Amino acid sequence: MGARFAVSSLIFPTNGDPLMVDMTSGQAHTLQDIRADYMAQTRRKRVYGAILLSLFVVMMVAGFQTADARNAGGFWEGLHRLFDFPGEVLGEALEKLAELPVHFVTYLPSLIETINIAAASTLFGALAAAIVSLLATRGLARWPRLVPVFRRIMDAMRAVPEIVIALVLIFILGGGPVPAMIAIAFHTAGALGKQFSEVNENASLKPLEGLESVGATWSQRMWLGVIPQVAPNWFSYGLLRFEINIRASAILGFVGAGGIGYELKNAMSWGKGQYDEAAAIFVLLFITIVVVDQLSSHVRDRLTHGAAASKKERQS
Amino acid sequence: MTTATFPMIETLKGNATGLFLRKRLISFGLPVLVLAYLTYIFFTFDISGLAQRADAENARTLVADSYSYKTHVARDNRSGEIEIAIEGERKGEYVDGTSPDWVTLGDTETLIDLGDGHLVTYGTETIRFEIPDYGTITATPNRRAGVQAVLPQGEVPEWINVSKNRLTVTTDAGRLSVTRNQTQVFKYNFGWELFFFTLDSPYHGLGIGEVISRVVSGEAEAIFHDFWTNKMWRHQDVAWALAETILMAFLGTMGAGIVALPLAFLAARNFAPLLAVRFAVRRLFDFFRGVDALIWTIVLARAFGPGPLTGALALLITDTGTFGKLFSEALENVDNKQIEGIQSTGAKPVQRYRFGVIPQITPVLLSQILYYLESNTRSATIIGAITGGGIGLLLTQAMITQKDWEEVSYYIVLIILMVMLMDWFSGWLRGKLIGSAEDKH
Repeated sequence: MGARFAVSSLIFPTNGDPLMVDMTSGQAHTLQDIRADYMAQTRRKRVYGAILLSLFVVMMVAGFQTADARNAGGFWEGLHRLFDFPGEVLGEALEKLAELPVHFVTYLPSLIETINIAAASTLFGALAAAIVSLLATRGLARWPRLVPVFRRIMDAMRAVPEIVIALVLIFILGGGPVPAMIAIAFHTAGALGKQFSEVNENASLKPLEGLESVGATWSQRMWLGVIPQVAPNWFSYGLLRFEINIRASAILGFVGAGGIGYELKNAMSWGKGQYDEAAAIFVLLFITIVVVDQLSSHVRDRLTHGAAASKKERQS
Repeated sequence: MTTATFPMIETLKGNATGLFLRKRLISFGLPVLVLAYLTYIFFTFDISGLAQRADAENARTLVADSYSYKTHVARDNRSGEIEIAIEGERKGEYVDGTSPDWVTLGDTETLIDLGDGHLVTYGTETIRFEIPDYGTITATPNRRAGVQAVLPQGEVPEWINVSKNRLTVTTDAGRLSVTRNQTQVFKYNFGWELFFFTLDSPYHGLGIGEVISRVVSGEAEAIFHDFWTNKMWRHQDVAWALAETILMAFLGTMGAGIVALPLAFLAARNFAPLLAVRFAVRRLFDFFRGVDALIWTIVLARAFGPGPLTGALALLITDTGTFGKLFSEALENVDNKQIEGIQSTGAKPVQRYRFGVIPQITPVLLSQILYYLESNTRSATIIGAITGGGIGLLLTQAMITQKDWEEVSYYIVLIILMVMLMDWFSGWLRGKLIGSAEDKH
């Protein structure tokens, strides 16, 4: 369909100007030739598209079958049990509804620990990312020759999943929030560093030149010339990362790094009849994630759109 | 004129000073706030107590083990039987009568050359350890009299630990420990031993050239079989685990994209005129996202059991929420002119969507999906550790034994390489697909 529109736009200019036909398609002289050529090309494209699509479908189907075969329980056998566990948890929670507020209070400290892990790791990660990203941006770097080196460092940091560092550090430092914090901060530094340096690339160099002309050092140039320009975008990326890190710190708790995830694992292991505590933790975690999600998206919206809107107001 | 501009200048000046004041407040207040928070973290996380809790010994074994391996040469003092095993594991045991070249098995005496002149001799009764610059230590373990260690004259150095029932000598070349029942020597060697072939394979100890020439002469299948079923490093299991992890990420991401796209139309303001539907679908997306992959994994593992399918479905559900939100935002930003143009030719609604809308959001759609493909590879590693599938499970299993650190470091290297590969692949595919999508315009 889209092809046919393109045909008409192709024919229109060439119709009255035979010279252009020669230039664009070489041997094709008549309208029929061009059309046949174009249709053949479109058909070829469609065939490729169909092949790619069927390849994709085959991969998805084969993939699901492989995953199903290697799973302990099959998909179709398990499907009718899907709501058993949530039903059980919900049922027990409803039965002991009166105890839920008590559980909320019990698990609040560990929830705060999870949030603290996320916040501290975002903070440390962002600080490291800020420095590395400035060193890894062309035009701003302190040592321009080392830009590729710092870029590769960020790539490597980004590639390390949090669980790898967390597990190693739990072995060395013992359980608790610190291994999780370091693990998440490490990954955050790489992930934010990449986003920060993309922001840095759009920063205007004029303030830098001004500062340089009065003899400012590199750190002064960055602090006074670049950071005020990029701070809102950095902040918005940092907030998004904070949201991601809350999830990460909850998951790391589950493998032994403290916080609400650890409590959830314990609550789960008590088994049937004790699921009211697990339900309370589910609810706490859900509420935290949704609230942070909404808050951060609201603030980010104001940071990116709010500035533009107020500018528009000023112009009008 | 001047009277009119005066108040304006006044207000401008007021605004400017206000702005400066606010900026100054932020530039001083923010660092103070951050510092205060970090102080709070310092105390709640008990950073000062960290030094006591940290186990330097654990760190040392971890680092040393990750690039070296140790071989145990153990003798049962009663029967005189000698067993040589790499890492002291059964799967690394030397067959009776064979030994590494630094151990000389004799009828009555066994000579162990630890290098640098350090020489251990297992005699019939007495064990001798010759240490250059120190002297010779002898021990005659006996069930009644203990180990009966004899050291050279002078003060006992701190690297020797001697008591009635135990003698331990730790040198850079290796370690000797003698108890009443057993004598053991540990020798540390650089590298990952038995990485390609275990000792029971005929190909163990052959050079690369020799192995290649055997591959050429038709033993390729046997060689590959021995490598693939290596009991120590389990290459087959590791390859499957990596494949499972990538499979989880692939199925989760692509499945979420396929499910989220039609739902996103229902959540976009310009395509779903019914407010109730829009509201319901959007809350559904929020719910999927808010419950988080961790909880989805736990819930799904109850129904489907541990394995890659559970992980894939957990990622699929979480990302359906994320994609749904992103796609519906992209749909709300589409240009209506293109759709009207298609409509003017008499296109039916499905055709309008296919040719008017989809081409506009394809770049956003693809770049998001491909970005998540890479990020989900990391998530799948973590989810694998929880639900029991993929490389994450192998990593946690190797961690739990607390001794297979060389395997741990091997898995870590593989994980990082896998993520970097997926990062590169998704970037490459993005370039290819979006590049060609832009050509079509």
